[in-house]
Amino acid sequence: MSNKKEALFSKNNKKLISDPLNDNNPITIQVLGICSALAITVQLKPAIVMAISVLFVLSVANVLISLMRHLIPSRIRIIVQLVVIATLVILVDQVLKAYVYDVSKELSVFVGLIITNCIIMGRLEAFGMANGPWKSFLDGLGNSFGYAWILIAVAFFRELLGSGTLFGYPVLEKIGLYNLGYENNGMMILPPMALITVGIIIWIQRIKNKDLVESK
Amino acid sequence: MDVNKNSYTLGFAAIMVIIVAALLSIAAIVLKEPQERNVELEKKQNILQSVGVEVSREESETVYYNFIKEELVIDSKGEINEGIAFDVDLAKELKKDISEQNLPLYIAEVDGETKYIIPLRGKGLWGPIWGFIALNEDLNTVYGAIFDHKGETPGLGAEINTGNFQIPFVGKTIFEGIEFISISVIKSAEEDNMHAVNGISGGTITSNGVSDMIKERLERYLPYFENQNPETKIEKEVEIIFSDSTLTDSLTKIQEESYE
Repeated sequence: MSNKKEALFSKNNKKLISDPLNDNNPITIQVLGICSALAITVQLKPAIVMAISVLFVLSVANVLISLMRHLIPSRIRIIVQLVVIATLVILVDQVLKAYVYDVSKELSVFVGLIITNCIIMGRLEAFGMANGPWKSFLDGLGNSFGYAWILIAVAFFRELLGSGTLFGYPVLEKIGLYNLGYENNGMMILPPMALITVGIIIWIQRIKNKDLVESK
Repeated sequence: MDVNKNSYTLGFAAIMVIIVAALLSIAAIVLKEPQERNVELEKKQNILQSVGVEVSREESETVYYNFIKEELVIDSKGEINEGIAFDVDLAKELKKDISEQNLPLYIAEVDGETKYIIPLRGKGLWGPIWGFIALNEDLNTVYGAIFDHKGETPGLGAEINTGNFQIPFVGKTIFEGIEFISISVIKSAEEDNMHAVNGISGGTITSNGVSDMIKERLERYLPYFENQNPETKIEKEVEIIFSDSTLTDSLTKIQEESYE
């Protein structure tokens, strides 16, 4: 095996983390996990909780699948991946319910969304099934971070422009913007604006990096 | 080893299912107790919140009986049944026929005043919503209300569990004269409208769910409210005296005897 001699944080391994943040972002380039990006970006707090949960589930599931990759029969590999994801999500949810009840209340609605999050299955299928555990773990981390920053960026703009708050704190009211005749944009809290915000991020990203633009 | 043989695939699936099932069952059994305790403490916390007592979940256990003086179970005719309100599972009661439902009622004492706390439960957009509404001694004015939900959309329907939504309920009335109106959640409610509060933009279905829930639940308690109202109480007692057959029997007996 060639990667036996490879250092833990070799150039290639670092790329596994840095690539998904930008050039190979799961949301804006791979266009995975869009559904959850629309559903939970009305406020910052749930978006962050969601990002942390995905981080845990994706990196652990990627490692587990990678460890089992030589044992999994190819015809039922998708089922096996789903079972691993669902088990992890349920375990996390049960533990949270018992010991960190408030977080679990925050999270409850997203559990189903994590199981169906295409990023997780996409990475297990594309990476975990073909690479070793350490690389899979890094790939899981990288993709979760890539997912997280888009989610948090979208949630930031939607909460700020839609409700005038950040983490529930009335920012715009405190700086006195309402006295100048400013009003919250109710459109921002509706799902279509999440899609448009993601679209704007994709647009900016492609202006900066022309390589990403598909040739006609 | 050929991992794509049929027998291997079946065997792999079977073992995987057994391992996962065992893992999840163990987790469910081990964690059941702390989970249930959390739910119970939260219910106590919510009940206290509805009468304006803010305590942490852990404290709610000890503070609960300082405020909650009576826990009644009422039937559909407004009579008091045996039982403790806290043990009534409203989700189960709602599935029963209206005439057979047990209606929990908490009576609290806050600053020397009696408050009646009525538990609520209804349907939101994605799942159940519930809450507690506290009425003043006049059984008309709202003293406080709190709501919660299982899985309403964060930022939209889920806003029903925030103060912005709950505080406007305070001071609203459920009766107009003697007519039961309830309190509705509507779009741009006027502040002087005594029977409406402002809904949540983007959360219309959840808002409607709250309206329906309050109306449906409070309606069940109307017979009890009537019994509590002093005027109707006297009328009822007079009625009972007259309808008491043994009494009328003995009256006629006395009359008959005196004729003889």
